[in-house]
Amino acid sequence: MSVLIFKVILIVIIFLISLGLAAYATYGERKVAAFLQDRIGPDRAGPFGLLQPIADGVKMFLKEEIIPTVSDKFLFILGPSLFMVTALMTSAVIPWGTPMEFGGVTYHLQVADINIGILYVLGVVSLGVYGIMLGGWSSNNKYALLGAIRASSQMISYELAMGMSVIAVLLISDGSLSLNAIVEGQKGLNWNVFYQPLAALIFIITAFAECNRTPFDLPESESELIGGYHTEYSSMKLGLYLFAEYINMFISSAIISSLFFGGYNFPGLEYLQTVLPTNLVSLISFGAFFTKILFFIFFFMWVRWTIPRFRYDQLMRLGWQVLMPLAIINVLITGAVVTFFGN
Amino acid sequence: MTSDIVFFLLAAISVFTALMVVFSKSPIYSVMWLIACFFSIAGHYVMLNAQFLAIVHIIVYAGAIMVLMLFTVMLLNLNKESEPHKSILSKSIGIITGGMLFLVLLAAMRSTQLGPYSAPETTDVGFVQKVGMKLFTDYLLPFEMTSVLFIAAMIGSVVLAKKERNI
Repeated sequence: MSVLIFKVILIVIIFLISLGLAAYATYGERKVAAFLQDRIGPDRAGPFGLLQPIADGVKMFLKEEIIPTVSDKFLFILGPSLFMVTALMTSAVIPWGTPMEFGGVTYHLQVADINIGILYVLGVVSLGVYGIMLGGWSSNNKYALLGAIRASSQMISYELAMGMSVIAVLLISDGSLSLNAIVEGQKGLNWNVFYQPLAALIFIITAFAECNRTPFDLPESESELIGGYHTEYSSMKLGLYLFAEYINMFISSAIISSLFFGGYNFPGLEYLQTVLPTNLVSLISFGAFFTKILFFIFFFMWVRWTIPRFRYDQLMRLGWQVLMPLAIINVLITGAVVTFFGN
Repeated sequence: MTSDIVFFLLAAISVFTALMVVFSKSPIYSVMWLIACFFSIAGHYVMLNAQFLAIVHIIVYAGAIMVLMLFTVMLLNLNKESEPHKSILSKSIGIITGGMLFLVLLAAMRSTQLGPYSAPETTDVGFVQKVGMKLFTDYLLPFEMTSVLFIAAMIGSVVLAKKERNI
């Protein structure tokens, strides 16, 4: 089995996991919301309502597709497509587990271990805003345009604080930008969150803002803007926007876990590597990574149904006057500590 | 040679998208073509083993500057009726400045060696560590000067924005 075939299989598996997880995250969200509001949630389709995402998917595909007559048809279709593509692209640099071994050849559970991994993530995140902007503008609807403008200014503002909080992590993990190296440096319980709690907090908050999740879902705040940038969308194009949001959530959870919470590392991994076969350990580490991801997806939902939405001026003040200076001070302090006291 | 094929493909895409930026009727499409152009230029950087430069190029130009550009174009709501009419004076000024830029570029390119295309021998020239070392040792003064320039621009924009509010 050549490395290329392995990578292709890995890409297909990651793709299917992303889609499946996003579908069941919609179900999970409704169940979590129901739990937090003391309701039952979806329970009609299948046992415990487990077939609900499939029913929703069928409904999305069968709905009538409406394209506004005065809109730019090409850009109107390009918007949700771009949003979906950028949501899926980030998964390429995430290390999913310890390497596997078949017939004496080692295969890394990572699509591409590029030496600028974390910058690649930031780059793709910064492209994510185009899907929303194009969709909002080409709808030719004032609510959609307002949503798109809110989304783009929010994403640009929070990207800076996000990048700054990542710099602090890079300073303590001997300067490598590769996500694989960052995860490798967090063996056992040696997680970055214990050295950089402030950076972790800032990164999680900005990740919420980049995913347009409550309390930062100003772009689609239904009480003021109807549906924001996807007001005019129907059928599966609306489905793509909603679906991509859950994929974004999944990928952000994976990035948060691998930057700050050790990725696939857990206490006792080294010991298991000495007693169990390599491939089994690899699957166990993948399971550990996935548990962390699922926890953060639950965290996203937990926050959504607990904290109300910000006002727009509060959002901007938080981004520029609180998170940004805090992130810069964090970088300064970390830099000083690393320079004068070593690691 | 595969790298030759990739280079000519990328070069063709760069030139085509750059032309489409100018020839597009709608400003939104111009912006979209320009983003495509930036991506092909980032491809050239990768061919030259400068991955760091390529991704920073994408983050800064495609991710930030073009978003602001798109932002402005969307809010201007440009269409046939509200298209600003340019006077002969502004048109001739445009021609003169464009011509002068062309002259400068021509003068700069005159001394270029048109040899065969080749990537640097070592593959790690574009790594962050190498670029950072160069920037903070050999090119420290220009680097710091640029940051002073950026701060001046930032303060300038804040002053302009404040001024608007007082009226």
